[in-house]
Amino acid sequence: MRYVRQFFIILLFSFVGEALNRLIPAPIPASVYGLVLFFLALETGLVKLDAVEETGRFFLVLLPLTLVPLTVGLIDALDVLQNVLVPALLLGVVGTILTALAAGFVAERAVRRRERGRK
Amino acid sequence: MTAFWNAVATLFRENHDLSLTATVGGYLLALFLQKRFKSPLFNPVLVALFLTLIALWLFDIDYESYSRDAAPLTFLITPTTICLAIPLYRQFELVKRNWLAILAACSVGTFVNILLVWIVARAFQMEYVEYMTLLSKSITMAIGAGITQEYGGYVAITCAVITITGVTGNMCGTFFLRKCGIVSPIAQGLAIGVSSHAFGTARALEIGETEGAFSGLAIAITGVFTVLAAPIAAALPV
Repeated sequence: MRYVRQFFIILLFSFVGEALNRLIPAPIPASVYGLVLFFLALETGLVKLDAVEETGRFFLVLLPLTLVPLTVGLIDALDVLQNVLVPALLLGVVGTILTALAAGFVAERAVRRRERGRK
Repeated sequence: MTAFWNAVATLFRENHDLSLTATVGGYLLALFLQKRFKSPLFNPVLVALFLTLIALWLFDIDYESYSRDAAPLTFLITPTTICLAIPLYRQFELVKRNWLAILAACSVGTFVNILLVWIVARAFQMEYVEYMTLLSKSITMAIGAGITQEYGGYVAITCAVITITGVTGNMCGTFFLRKCGIVSPIAQGLAIGVSSHAFGTARALEIGETEGAFSGLAIAITGVFTVLAAPIAAALPV
Protein backbone atom coordinates (compact mmCIF):
# COMPACT_ATOMS: atom_id res chain seq x y z
CA MET A 1 0.00 0.00 0.00
CA ARG A 2 2.84 2.38 0.91
CA TYR A 3 4.39 2.33 -2.57
CA VAL A 4 1.08 2.40 -4.40
CA ARG A 5 0.12 5.50 -2.40
CA GLN A 6 3.47 7.15 -3.24
CA PHE A 7 2.98 6.34 -6.91
CA PHE A 8 -0.57 7.71 -6.75
CA ILE A 9 0.49 11.02 -5.17
CA ILE A 10 3.16 11.60 -7.82
CA LEU A 11 0.72 10.70 -10.61
CA LEU A 12 -1.85 13.06 -9.09
CA PHE A 13 0.53 16.05 -9.31
CA SER A 14 1.43 15.04 -12.89
CA PHE A 15 -2.25 14.90 -13.71
CA VAL A 16 -2.95 18.33 -12.22
CA GLY A 17 0.09 19.65 -14.13
CA GLU A 18 -1.24 18.23 -17.41
CA ALA A 19 -4.69 19.66 -16.68
CA LEU A 20 -3.29 23.15 -15.98
CA ASN A 21 -1.17 22.93 -19.14
CA ARG A 22 -4.36 22.38 -21.13
CA LEU A 23 -6.43 25.01 -19.28
CA ILE A 24 -3.90 27.86 -19.25
CA PRO A 25 -3.01 29.21 -22.70
CA ALA A 26 0.71 29.76 -21.95
CA PRO A 27 3.71 27.82 -23.32
CA ILE A 28 4.48 26.36 -19.88
CA PRO A 29 4.82 22.56 -19.84
CA ALA A 30 2.88 20.31 -17.49
CA SER A 31 6.08 19.32 -15.66
CA VAL A 32 6.71 22.90 -14.48
CA TYR A 33 3.20 23.28 -13.02
CA GLY A 34 3.52 19.84 -11.44
CA LEU A 35 7.00 20.56 -10.02
CA VAL A 36 5.95 23.87 -8.46
CA LEU A 37 2.73 22.46 -6.96
CA PHE A 38 4.53 19.35 -5.70
CA PHE A 39 7.18 21.52 -4.04
CA LEU A 40 4.54 23.79 -2.45
CA ALA A 41 2.68 20.75 -1.15
CA LEU A 42 5.89 19.46 0.49
CA GLU A 43 6.83 22.89 1.87
CA THR A 44 3.38 23.53 3.39
CA GLY A 45 3.25 20.02 4.83
CA LEU A 46 0.20 19.07 2.79
CA VAL A 47 2.25 16.10 1.55
CA LYS A 48 4.83 14.65 3.93
CA LEU A 49 8.22 13.76 2.45
CA ASP A 50 7.77 10.32 3.96
CA ALA A 51 4.65 9.81 1.81
CA VAL A 52 6.58 10.13 -1.50
CA GLU A 53 10.27 9.62 -0.78
CA GLU A 54 11.16 6.09 -2.00
CA THR A 55 9.14 6.22 -5.19
CA GLY A 56 10.30 9.79 -5.74
CA ARG A 57 13.97 8.80 -5.48
CA PHE A 58 13.40 5.86 -7.81
CA PHE A 59 11.74 8.22 -10.31
CA LEU A 60 14.68 10.63 -10.11
CA VAL A 61 16.98 7.76 -11.08
CA LEU A 62 14.68 6.98 -14.01
CA LEU A 63 14.50 10.61 -15.16
CA PRO A 64 17.35 10.57 -17.73
CA LEU A 65 16.19 7.15 -18.95
CA THR A 66 12.68 8.39 -19.78
CA LEU A 67 14.25 10.90 -22.17
CA VAL A 68 16.03 8.30 -24.31
CA PRO A 69 13.06 7.52 -26.64
CA LEU A 70 12.87 11.24 -27.49
CA THR A 71 16.55 11.26 -28.48
CA VAL A 72 15.94 8.25 -30.74
CA GLY A 73 13.56 10.56 -32.62
CA LEU A 74 16.58 12.18 -34.20
CA ILE A 75 16.79 9.35 -36.76
CA ASP A 76 13.48 10.61 -38.14
CA ALA A 77 14.86 14.14 -38.33
CA LEU A 78 18.25 13.45 -39.96
CA ASP A 79 17.28 15.29 -43.17
CA VAL A 80 16.39 18.44 -41.28
CA LEU A 81 19.29 18.07 -38.86
CA GLN A 82 21.76 18.07 -41.77
CA ASN A 83 20.81 21.67 -42.53
CA VAL A 84 21.81 22.83 -39.07
CA LEU A 85 24.44 20.25 -38.16
CA VAL A 86 27.43 22.60 -37.84
CA PRO A 87 25.66 25.33 -35.82
CA ALA A 88 23.94 22.66 -33.71
CA LEU A 89 27.26 21.03 -32.82
CA LEU A 90 28.88 24.42 -32.23
CA LEU A 91 26.10 25.46 -29.84
CA GLY A 92 25.88 22.04 -28.21
CA VAL A 93 29.57 21.81 -27.37
CA VAL A 94 31.16 25.30 -27.26
CA GLY A 95 27.93 27.12 -26.36
CA THR A 96 27.28 24.80 -23.44
CA ILE A 97 30.74 25.32 -21.94
CA LEU A 98 30.45 29.11 -22.33
CA THR A 99 26.99 29.14 -20.71
CA ALA A 100 28.25 27.01 -17.80
CA LEU A 101 31.25 29.32 -17.27
CA ALA A 102 29.12 32.49 -17.36
CA ALA A 103 26.57 31.10 -14.89
CA GLY A 104 29.27 29.56 -12.69
CA PHE A 105 31.25 32.80 -12.61
CA VAL A 106 28.38 34.95 -11.26
CA ALA A 107 27.29 32.18 -8.86
CA GLU A 108 30.82 31.82 -7.47
CA ARG A 109 31.01 35.58 -6.88
CA ALA A 110 27.60 35.66 -5.19
CA VAL A 111 28.47 32.71 -2.93
CA ARG A 112 31.79 34.27 -1.91
CA ARG A 113 30.15 37.62 -1.19
CA ARG A 114 27.58 35.97 1.05
CA GLU A 115 30.29 34.05 2.90
CA ARG A 116 32.30 37.22 3.46
CA GLY A 117 29.19 39.01 4.74
CA ARG A 118 28.62 36.36 7.40
CA LYS A 119 32.13 36.48 8.83
CA MET B 1 20.86 -18.62 -43.37
CA THR B 2 19.07 -15.56 -44.70
CA ALA B 3 15.72 -17.27 -44.27
CA PHE B 4 16.64 -18.15 -40.72
CA TRP B 5 17.73 -14.60 -39.99
CA ASN B 6 14.52 -13.23 -41.49
CA ALA B 7 12.48 -15.52 -39.26
CA VAL B 8 14.42 -14.35 -36.20
CA ALA B 9 14.11 -10.72 -37.24
CA THR B 10 10.34 -11.07 -37.69
CA LEU B 11 10.06 -12.70 -34.31
CA PHE B 12 11.90 -9.79 -32.70
CA ARG B 13 10.10 -7.15 -34.73
CA GLU B 14 6.74 -8.42 -33.63
CA ASN B 15 7.83 -8.49 -30.02
CA HIS B 16 6.82 -5.12 -28.62
CA ASP B 17 9.06 -5.48 -25.58
CA LEU B 18 12.20 -5.46 -27.70
CA SER B 19 12.46 -1.67 -27.98
CA LEU B 20 12.12 -0.99 -24.28
CA THR B 21 14.44 -3.84 -23.35
CA ALA B 22 17.13 -2.56 -25.72
CA THR B 23 16.80 0.99 -24.36
CA VAL B 24 16.79 0.08 -20.66
CA GLY B 25 19.47 -2.58 -21.22
CA GLY B 26 21.71 -0.11 -23.02
CA TYR B 27 21.29 2.35 -20.17
CA LEU B 28 22.14 -0.30 -17.60
CA LEU B 29 25.16 -1.49 -19.58
CA ALA B 30 26.47 2.07 -19.72
CA LEU B 31 26.02 2.55 -15.97
CA PHE B 32 28.01 -0.63 -15.45
CA LEU B 33 30.79 0.37 -17.87
CA GLN B 34 30.92 3.86 -16.38
CA LYS B 35 31.41 2.43 -12.90
CA ARG B 36 33.90 -0.17 -14.09
CA PHE B 37 36.12 2.11 -16.19
CA LYS B 38 35.33 5.47 -14.56
CA SER B 39 35.15 7.04 -18.00
CA PRO B 40 32.61 9.74 -18.90
CA LEU B 41 32.67 8.31 -22.43
CA PHE B 42 30.12 5.69 -21.36
CA ASN B 43 27.37 8.24 -20.97
CA PRO B 44 24.21 6.24 -20.13
CA VAL B 45 21.87 8.22 -22.38
CA LEU B 46 24.35 8.13 -25.25
CA VAL B 47 24.98 4.37 -24.97
CA ALA B 48 21.24 3.62 -24.61
CA LEU B 49 20.57 5.73 -27.71
CA PHE B 50 23.32 3.90 -29.61
CA LEU B 51 22.17 0.39 -28.67
CA THR B 52 18.56 1.28 -29.44
CA LEU B 53 19.57 2.56 -32.89
CA ILE B 54 21.51 -0.66 -33.51
CA ALA B 55 18.50 -2.78 -32.44
CA LEU B 56 16.17 -0.76 -34.70
CA TRP B 57 18.54 -1.16 -37.63
CA LEU B 58 19.23 -4.84 -37.00
CA PHE B 59 15.55 -5.80 -36.83
CA ASP B 60 14.34 -3.23 -39.34
CA ILE B 61 11.97 -1.39 -36.98
CA ASP B 62 10.85 2.11 -37.95
CA TYR B 63 10.81 5.00 -35.50
CA GLU B 64 7.02 5.16 -35.45
CA SER B 65 6.71 1.59 -34.11
CA TYR B 66 9.58 2.19 -31.71
CA SER B 67 8.02 5.32 -30.27
CA ARG B 68 4.72 3.44 -29.84
CA ASP B 69 6.49 0.58 -28.06
CA ALA B 70 8.48 2.99 -25.87
CA ALA B 71 5.37 4.93 -24.82
CA PRO B 72 5.45 3.59 -21.22
CA LEU B 73 8.84 5.23 -20.74
CA THR B 74 7.85 8.46 -22.47
CA PHE B 75 4.74 8.64 -20.32
CA LEU B 76 6.97 8.79 -17.22
CA ILE B 77 8.68 12.04 -18.30
CA THR B 78 6.26 14.31 -16.40
CA PRO B 79 5.98 12.15 -13.23
CA THR B 80 9.79 11.79 -13.00
CA THR B 81 10.50 15.46 -13.73
CA ILE B 82 8.19 16.71 -10.97
CA CYS B 83 10.13 14.54 -8.48
CA LEU B 84 12.91 17.15 -8.68
CA ALA B 85 10.71 18.84 -6.06
CA ILE B 86 12.11 16.38 -3.49
CA PRO B 87 15.81 17.42 -3.45
CA LEU B 88 14.64 21.00 -3.77
CA TYR B 89 12.50 20.64 -0.66
CA ARG B 90 15.28 18.92 1.27
CA GLN B 91 17.86 21.59 0.46
CA PHE B 92 15.47 24.51 0.83
CA GLU B 93 17.32 26.11 3.79
CA LEU B 94 20.56 26.28 1.80
CA VAL B 95 18.55 27.42 -1.21
CA LYS B 96 16.98 30.33 0.71
CA ARG B 97 20.38 31.51 1.94
CA ASN B 98 21.76 31.47 -1.61
CA TRP B 99 18.81 32.94 -3.48
CA LEU B 100 20.99 35.67 -4.98
CA ALA B 101 23.51 33.20 -6.42
CA ILE B 102 20.67 31.09 -7.81
CA LEU B 103 18.85 34.02 -9.38
CA ALA B 104 22.10 35.44 -10.79
CA ALA B 105 23.31 32.13 -12.24
CA CYS B 106 19.95 31.22 -13.80
CA SER B 107 19.24 34.62 -15.32
CA VAL B 108 22.80 35.06 -16.64
CA GLY B 109 22.77 31.48 -17.96
CA THR B 110 19.41 31.90 -19.69
CA PHE B 111 20.53 35.23 -21.19
CA VAL B 112 23.92 33.94 -22.42
CA ASN B 113 22.32 30.80 -23.86
CA ILE B 114 19.72 32.74 -25.87
CA LEU B 115 22.33 35.30 -26.94
CA LEU B 116 24.65 32.54 -28.24
CA VAL B 117 21.83 30.83 -30.13
CA TRP B 118 20.82 34.16 -31.66
CA ILE B 119 24.42 35.01 -32.67
CA VAL B 120 24.93 31.57 -34.24
CA ALA B 121 21.54 31.80 -35.98
CA ARG B 122 22.53 35.16 -37.52
CA ALA B 123 26.02 33.96 -38.42
CA PHE B 124 24.69 30.87 -40.22
CA GLN B 125 21.71 32.75 -41.71
CA MET B 126 19.31 30.26 -40.18
CA GLU B 127 15.64 30.26 -40.85
CA TYR B 128 13.33 31.47 -38.11
CA VAL B 129 11.98 27.95 -37.41
CA GLU B 130 15.53 26.58 -37.06
CA TYR B 131 16.46 29.39 -34.67
CA MET B 132 13.43 28.68 -32.46
CA THR B 133 14.25 24.96 -32.62
CA LEU B 134 17.73 25.53 -31.13
CA LEU B 135 16.59 28.04 -28.51
CA SER B 136 15.76 25.46 -25.81
CA LYS B 137 19.03 23.54 -26.16
CA SER B 138 20.18 24.06 -22.56
CA ILE B 139 16.97 23.15 -20.74
CA THR B 140 15.36 19.86 -19.83
CA MET B 141 13.68 18.01 -22.69
CA ALA B 142 10.27 17.98 -21.01
CA ILE B 143 10.25 21.78 -21.15
CA GLY B 144 12.42 22.29 -24.24
CA ALA B 145 10.30 20.04 -26.44
CA GLY B 146 7.23 21.95 -25.19
CA ILE B 147 8.67 25.35 -26.17
CA THR B 148 9.69 24.11 -29.62
CA GLN B 149 6.21 22.67 -30.12
CA GLU B 150 4.60 25.98 -29.14
CA TYR B 151 6.66 27.84 -31.76
CA GLY B 152 6.27 25.24 -34.49
CA GLY B 153 9.90 24.07 -34.49
CA TYR B 154 11.33 20.59 -35.13
CA VAL B 155 10.96 18.77 -31.81
CA ALA B 156 13.27 15.91 -32.83
CA ILE B 157 16.11 18.37 -33.59
CA THR B 158 15.56 20.17 -30.28
CA CYS B 159 15.89 16.79 -28.55
CA ALA B 160 19.02 15.99 -30.55
CA VAL B 161 20.69 19.30 -29.63
CA ILE B 162 19.56 18.97 -26.00
CA THR B 163 21.26 15.55 -26.03
CA ILE B 164 24.52 16.94 -27.47
CA THR B 165 24.39 19.74 -24.88
CA GLY B 166 23.70 17.35 -22.02
CA VAL B 167 26.46 14.92 -22.96
CA THR B 168 28.93 17.82 -23.24
CA GLY B 169 27.99 19.11 -19.79
CA ASN B 170 28.06 15.62 -18.34
CA MET B 171 31.46 14.77 -19.79
CA CYS B 172 33.49 17.96 -19.40
CA GLY B 173 31.46 20.56 -17.49
CA THR B 174 33.29 20.29 -14.17
CA PHE B 175 36.71 20.20 -15.86
CA PHE B 176 36.28 23.66 -17.40
CA LEU B 177 34.61 25.07 -14.28
CA ARG B 178 37.53 24.00 -12.07
CA LYS B 179 40.07 25.35 -14.58
CA CYS B 180 38.37 28.75 -14.36
CA GLY B 181 38.35 28.89 -10.57
CA ILE B 182 34.68 28.01 -10.06
CA VAL B 183 35.07 25.68 -7.11
CA SER B 184 32.19 26.10 -4.64
CA PRO B 185 29.73 23.19 -4.73
CA ILE B 186 26.79 25.58 -5.04
CA ALA B 187 28.28 27.46 -8.01
CA GLN B 188 29.34 24.24 -9.74
CA GLY B 189 25.91 22.69 -9.29
CA LEU B 190 24.15 25.79 -10.57
CA ALA B 191 26.45 26.13 -13.60
CA ILE B 192 25.96 22.49 -14.58
CA GLY B 193 22.17 22.58 -14.15
CA VAL B 194 21.80 25.89 -15.99
CA SER B 195 23.85 24.76 -18.99
CA SER B 196 23.21 21.04 -19.30
CA HIS B 197 19.92 20.11 -17.56
CA ALA B 198 19.24 16.56 -16.31
CA PHE B 199 22.21 14.90 -18.06
CA GLY B 200 24.58 17.33 -16.35
CA THR B 201 22.69 16.96 -13.08
CA ALA B 202 23.24 13.21 -13.18
CA ARG B 203 26.97 13.99 -13.09
CA ALA B 204 26.50 16.68 -10.41
CA LEU B 205 24.71 14.15 -8.18
CA GLU B 206 27.80 11.92 -8.45
CA ILE B 207 30.07 14.70 -7.17
CA GLY B 208 27.94 15.53 -4.14
CA GLU B 209 24.47 16.09 -2.70
CA THR B 210 24.76 19.89 -2.67
CA GLU B 211 25.95 19.97 -6.28
CA GLY B 212 23.06 17.70 -7.25
CA ALA B 213 20.39 19.66 -5.40
CA PHE B 214 21.45 23.03 -6.82
CA SER B 215 21.85 21.53 -10.27
CA GLY B 216 18.32 20.12 -10.10
CA LEU B 217 16.98 23.45 -8.88
CA ALA B 218 18.77 25.25 -11.71
CA ILE B 219 17.08 22.95 -14.26
CA ALA B 220 13.63 24.01 -13.08
CA ILE B 221 14.39 27.74 -12.76
CA THR B 222 16.29 27.95 -16.06
CA GLY B 223 13.45 26.04 -17.71
CA VAL B 224 10.88 28.55 -16.43
CA PHE B 225 13.13 31.54 -17.27
CA THR B 226 13.54 30.21 -20.80
CA VAL B 227 9.76 29.76 -21.12
CA LEU B 228 9.33 33.38 -19.99
CA ALA B 229 12.11 34.66 -22.26
CA ALA B 230 10.98 32.69 -25.31
CA PRO B 231 8.42 35.31 -26.52
CA ILE B 232 11.17 37.97 -26.35
CA ALA B 233 13.66 35.72 -28.16
CA ALA B 234 10.96 34.93 -30.71
CA ALA B 235 10.57 38.63 -31.48
CA LEU B 236 14.29 39.11 -32.25
CA PRO B 237 15.08 39.50 -35.94
CA VAL B 238 17.00 36.52 -37.36
